[in-house]
Amino acid sequence: MHFLSFIKDSLAAATKGNKNFHLWMGVLSLFMMIGFYAYTVQLDEGLITTGMNDHISWGLYISNFTFLVGLAAAAVMLVMPAYVLHDVDFSKAVLIGEGLAVSALIMCLCFVTVDMGGPQNLWHMMPIVGIFNWPQSMLTWDVIVLNGYLAINVCIPAYILYSKYCGREPNKKIYVPLMYLSVFWAVGIHLVTAFLLAGLPARPFWNSSLLGPRFLASAFAGGPAFMILALGVIRKCTTYDIPAKTFNKMAMIITVAAQINLLMLGSELFKEFYTPTHHSLSAQYLFFGLHGHNALVPWIWTGISLNILATITLTFHKLRRNPVFLYPACLLLFLGIWIEKGMGLIVPGFIPSPLGEIVEYSPSWVELCVTVGIWSLGLFIFTLLVRVAIAVEQGNLRNPQT
Amino acid sequence: MKKFNFRSFFGFESSATNELNYLKNKAEKSSDSCGGNCSCEDPKDENAIDTGALNKTVNRREALKFIRNTATAGAALASSSFSFGKEEKAERAGIKMDEYFKSNYRLMTDKEREASIERLERLSEIDHGVRPEIKGTKAQPNTLYGYAFNISKCQGYGDCIEACVEENNQDRKTNMQYIRMFEMENGHLDLEEGKADYTHMVPAEGHFYLGTQCFQCANPPCTTVCPVQATWQEPDGIVVIDYDWCVGCRYCEAACPYWARRFNWNEPEVPAKEINKEQHYLGNRLRTKGTMEKCTFCISRTREGLQPACAEACPTGARTFGNILDPDSELNYILKNKKVFRLKEDLGTEPKFWYYMD
Repeated sequence: MHFLSFIKDSLAAATKGNKNFHLWMGVLSLFMMIGFYAYTVQLDEGLITTGMNDHISWGLYISNFTFLVGLAAAAVMLVMPAYVLHDVDFSKAVLIGEGLAVSALIMCLCFVTVDMGGPQNLWHMMPIVGIFNWPQSMLTWDVIVLNGYLAINVCIPAYILYSKYCGREPNKKIYVPLMYLSVFWAVGIHLVTAFLLAGLPARPFWNSSLLGPRFLASAFAGGPAFMILALGVIRKCTTYDIPAKTFNKMAMIITVAAQINLLMLGSELFKEFYTPTHHSLSAQYLFFGLHGHNALVPWIWTGISLNILATITLTFHKLRRNPVFLYPACLLLFLGIWIEKGMGLIVPGFIPSPLGEIVEYSPSWVELCVTVGIWSLGLFIFTLLVRVAIAVEQGNLRNPQT
Repeated sequence: MKKFNFRSFFGFESSATNELNYLKNKAEKSSDSCGGNCSCEDPKDENAIDTGALNKTVNRREALKFIRNTATAGAALASSSFSFGKEEKAERAGIKMDEYFKSNYRLMTDKEREASIERLERLSEIDHGVRPEIKGTKAQPNTLYGYAFNISKCQGYGDCIEACVEENNQDRKTNMQYIRMFEMENGHLDLEEGKADYTHMVPAEGHFYLGTQCFQCANPPCTTVCPVQATWQEPDGIVVIDYDWCVGCRYCEAACPYWARRFNWNEPEVPAKEINKEQHYLGNRLRTKGTMEKCTFCISRTREGLQPACAEACPTGARTFGNILDPDSELNYILKNKKVFRLKEDLGTEPKFWYYMD
């Protein structure tokens, strides 16, 4: 069986490495274990161990979930040019992009699961044995699109890598239709996640038609920004050569997406503050504080400053093409969007409460540890996937019988 | 003019509409066969109605049965090999297992419901030393509950809140309350300006009091968003939760424009001697951690013809509960003759809770 030896060889390729590699994986494992311990505390005592309450019923977990859906969707920005527009400059990065999508999706599913009050009851959601409130609940749509996207992004690279492992060219008739599907699906996962929030008239801060498009713009900036950082590390630490053209083109995509994102931010701010109504109270709380409560003000201004600074840097051709500026700009953009989609979107939606009460939120140690643990798990999986992909692409991983 | 409704336009009927259709069908069916209230109801027919309401096939039931049987066999094997020692412990484990694999309340047959109630009563006896009487009383025909609140009579004493907590067995540890009482300055009807955490003597000069709770919307956003249909609107208008089916995602809490839903962030605690033994499956029975709960217009009382605890406890007579469909009810008198208003009517949720003043 070629496939079994493919799995075996992949595992070997993914787990063998130098001292730095083992140190990196060791640190990630440590964080994962800490996160797991924190989750057992939460399971034992209930969600009371988090900083959430009836006023702010979604916190750090759902914030990260929302951000990571964007990160997963961003793979499309590599897939589309490479396979739909036949742009060869992306071909070396596309499998890594899909690896990122897989790890981001696994993190998403983990974040949703740890946020559940009754994770043991999740079988109630399974079709046939449970009840799926489809098509009414946007959450069921989200379950479908997330798992579907995960399946697509596991299948395509697995097929391509396996074909190469067996020494034959992958059949375009098989994977190209799936690639097309994944392009639409990627837009779908982030739009559905946005609609999950935008469909609630009880929360005017989210109840905006711009939320979906803005989610996409920020995802297409933040996701490829992370990819550039990851490719930078790969370029430095391995012999896998990624052409400068790939970086330049990706940086261009990031720049345009970040500019559009800022434009939409401006239009949101105009709507909230030119003629402020009661529906602007959450925005007022977020940007300037409300009745002396201002826990999120430093967060959002940091996030926006990072966004603006990064976007300006990327806008100048000279700076964008210079790695000295490109990498920091990507890091800042990534952090800026993480804040904007997390503390800057989910939490203020709950403040003030629908009855006008103001209760502030800050995550507990349990939430922080679980969050770090899940991020470590994601990076752990990403590292493994990337190593296999590179080994196959470089020809180091081949079936000896073929 | 009828409002445009996106969901029904695209064929996404709300669960309330589904429920109504199903009830209509049920009424027609029963009147066709033998004129309704009789004991000759075919149990198979009951199944068909239940599954029809949720558009499910029998496959689901068979699959569930298979899982349950396998798991129960596994548990029995485990308990025989480990020997729990105490009989009660083993019994509790068995009950827990059966409860874990039971179906959504609306999909259960009457027999399954009875069995579950029996188990829940026993479980409470083992865990809390109190054996409650859990009822499964169904909605009465020709009944649609509504509530009126007189803001000129309410003095903000908060007796309603206390009575509600006691009646509904709410968690004492986190001080969970369904009713929120806002002290509002005269001249303002903006909840933003109201204070819910007042501790001074009431009534305060120049203020009035406005109590909120679940308004049992006719078009509830909370039931639409639930991913597992653990919450729905009953035919008498009460929005209920199947606590054992809830997965604890809190999407309904985010969707409620009146902040009427509460989550059990920890294992709820009610001192044994304070447990209200008169319980309803969909109402005040003891909850566990990680599930949602809410005001059910005291379903355990009102379906037995009593007043909700809050209305009964109010010393000023500010609270009126009744049947909207009964033309002689006091509630209907108020709705017809007083100047009534509702909160956030612009959202189209159609609360069945009206405010008025004398």
